[in-house]
Amino acid sequence: MKIDKKTKSNLITYGIVVAAFIIFTALASTGNLSSHMKGLLVPMIYYAVIAVALNLCVGILGELSIGHCGFMCIGAFTSAFFSKATADIIPGGIRFLLAFLIGIAFAALFGFLIGIPVLRLKGDYLAIVTLAFGEIIKNVINAFYVGIDKSGIHFSLKNAMDLGLDENGIVIVNGAMGITGTPHDSTFTIAVVVLLISLLVVQNLVNSRDGRAIMAIRDNYIAAESTGINVTRYKMMAFTISAAIAGAAGVLFSHNITTLTASSQYFGYNASIMILVYVVLGGIGNIRGSVIAACILYTLPELLRGFSTYRMLIYSIVLIVMMIVNWSPKIIEWRKRTLGKFNFRKNSGKEIA
Amino acid sequence: MKKFKKVISSLMASALVVSMLAGCTDAASTETTDAQAQPAQEASSSSDNGATFKIGAIGPLTGGAAAYGNAVCNAAELAVEDINAAGGINGYQVEYNKEDDELNAEKSVNAYNTLKDWGMQILVGSTTSACSIAVSEYTKADNMFQLTPSGSAEECVTYDNVFRVCFSDPNQGIASAQYIADHNLATKIGIIYDSSDVYSNGIYQKFAEEAKNKNLEIVSAEAFTQDNNTDFSVQLQKAKDAGADLVFLPIYYKDASLILTQANTMGYAPTFFGVDGMDGILTVENFDTKLAEGVMLLTPFAADATDDLTVNFVKKYEEKYGETPNQFAADAYDAVFIIKQAIEAKGATPDMSTADLCEALKTAMTEIEAAGLTSSKMTWDASGEPNKEPKAVVIKDGAYVSAE
Repeated sequence: MKIDKKTKSNLITYGIVVAAFIIFTALASTGNLSSHMKGLLVPMIYYAVIAVALNLCVGILGELSIGHCGFMCIGAFTSAFFSKATADIIPGGIRFLLAFLIGIAFAALFGFLIGIPVLRLKGDYLAIVTLAFGEIIKNVINAFYVGIDKSGIHFSLKNAMDLGLDENGIVIVNGAMGITGTPHDSTFTIAVVVLLISLLVVQNLVNSRDGRAIMAIRDNYIAAESTGINVTRYKMMAFTISAAIAGAAGVLFSHNITTLTASSQYFGYNASIMILVYVVLGGIGNIRGSVIAACILYTLPELLRGFSTYRMLIYSIVLIVMMIVNWSPKIIEWRKRTLGKFNFRKNSGKEIA
Repeated sequence: MKKFKKVISSLMASALVVSMLAGCTDAASTETTDAQAQPAQEASSSSDNGATFKIGAIGPLTGGAAAYGNAVCNAAELAVEDINAAGGINGYQVEYNKEDDELNAEKSVNAYNTLKDWGMQILVGSTTSACSIAVSEYTKADNMFQLTPSGSAEECVTYDNVFRVCFSDPNQGIASAQYIADHNLATKIGIIYDSSDVYSNGIYQKFAEEAKNKNLEIVSAEAFTQDNNTDFSVQLQKAKDAGADLVFLPIYYKDASLILTQANTMGYAPTFFGVDGMDGILTVENFDTKLAEGVMLLTPFAADATDDLTVNFVKKYEEKYGETPNQFAADAYDAVFIIKQAIEAKGATPDMSTADLCEALKTAMTEIEAAGLTSSKMTWDASGEPNKEPKAVVIKDGAYVSAE
């Protein structure tokens, strides 16, 4: 049996994720992993998941989205709402699975709704609309007050007192205070499974008939249209899937920390740009690169804690150096020349690391 | 050539993974050597056998909220130095370490894990509410004693191993409403609050509930967010039109200074009533402190109080950090001394496990009566809430004067 090149490349990606999973699990179970590192595992993976989602949008579809954290926010809030409301009713495993379905469905729905007007247009409109969407969703959620008691769900846009709950009622979404007390369900294993599923979806999409149509639109809009490809339909498809995966990252996020607030440091403009940085540094259109870049760039500032406040400075310098070493044509040429002289197996990868 | 590319890319990827792993093991190993090295250094100065209590603090040391985090971490450091200079706790020296959380709950948990790797036994933090709640989930799992100096949201002390020094948001809201009602300060009240801020929202909600019980009439309640906190003329106009004779400002001093300035410009002069976030208003740059004349606030700490404890603390803090300490600093300074008192009450030693230490301190907290910068008498019950009297001050001639 002959495995073609693309399948092989995909298998390598899964292999890397599984190998990393086995190594980390082994280290953790033998007690060789510091608690700091253990705490970083789950966040690292959900940022990798959303980087994969954004790469589908930016790299494969070729549309710039700078509000992807907005979809993550939707996924996080809808699933956390569900988990908190049903915490005593449904047992853990099933509840978390349902939370995933709900988070993903809502994120996809919003992706779809936003796509309807915007993806008919050419140009950078999606960037502007997603930017606005990310900010709007944050502010809207900050104004939500939702409570639950025996008579059902109460909703208010004013304040928690207006909910009119009875004594046993609980406020679930409390405006700017968000949702507190979401069950801590995210584990490294579940996170890795989610990452593998999203990789499976994206990589198979890219290698399918639909995927080729999507990339044709990216490469030449007019040519794609003239061959009879339904441009809007394929754009919608890619964007909705991208939003859905971002929603899955949000579900992992909200079930990893117990306080969920719709504030800028998690879902704002800067957070979205940070994910775009992961995608750009990992290579636009390179799914495996996104995963690796997200993992490294998320853990880097944490591992630099020893430098206290200087770590921000070092982090930015590392970003610039990585960008140049990875993508400057001159450096790539130099790298090939220098490494070509030696047996490149020796230290090829360390240059980048 | 294609094969070459493929091989090289897979090699690079694996090298990245390896280097990442190498990075972690490096970090872990340096941490352990650090942890081993530090007690060794301490041992030479310590009179005892070298065992030390390890206290950690977490707060936003960078970013927009850095002022609060730095105040907490600096004051805790100062307190630890004072304790060590006076012979430590039960004769044991105290080691101190701080970590940055950038006002991000996720990072706060990372900071906590870093401190845990360092060997922390007792946590002073986190500085802010949301971070403190996120961290309490982990201290509960590890059964580590946590005393938050300034995490004021109700949920901060959900678990039995978490206590706090400051008033909770609800307590401040209730105390403010009671104070206004008891002293007949006003009948018609306007409120301007920050709907994007947990602290402000929490106080506002409880204030409104309590005001209803006290027959205070809230004639206007207007919100702003951190995205539009420069122009308050609409909110002020509404309060003025509704005839509010007192405006309650459960917000931080920076926004409050703008509100006072703009109210003055439009010739509106009600009584302004603030909470502890208002402390610091006299230090705002380019703010005419005359405008703050007559402003009342509930605060546990005033930097220009004349009792010995405050005077000493303010002097030392100013010498060391070049700033006037605010209430966050006072809370943190108290927090470290409260821990000292609790440890001494139970005769705890550093060689106890973290969980045992936590159990001992949990019972000690409900038994001790602490005196500090923020109150001369503080007691706790098992819920983790402090019992202390709120102090109301009024600003007169650019200084706080007791309002009684």
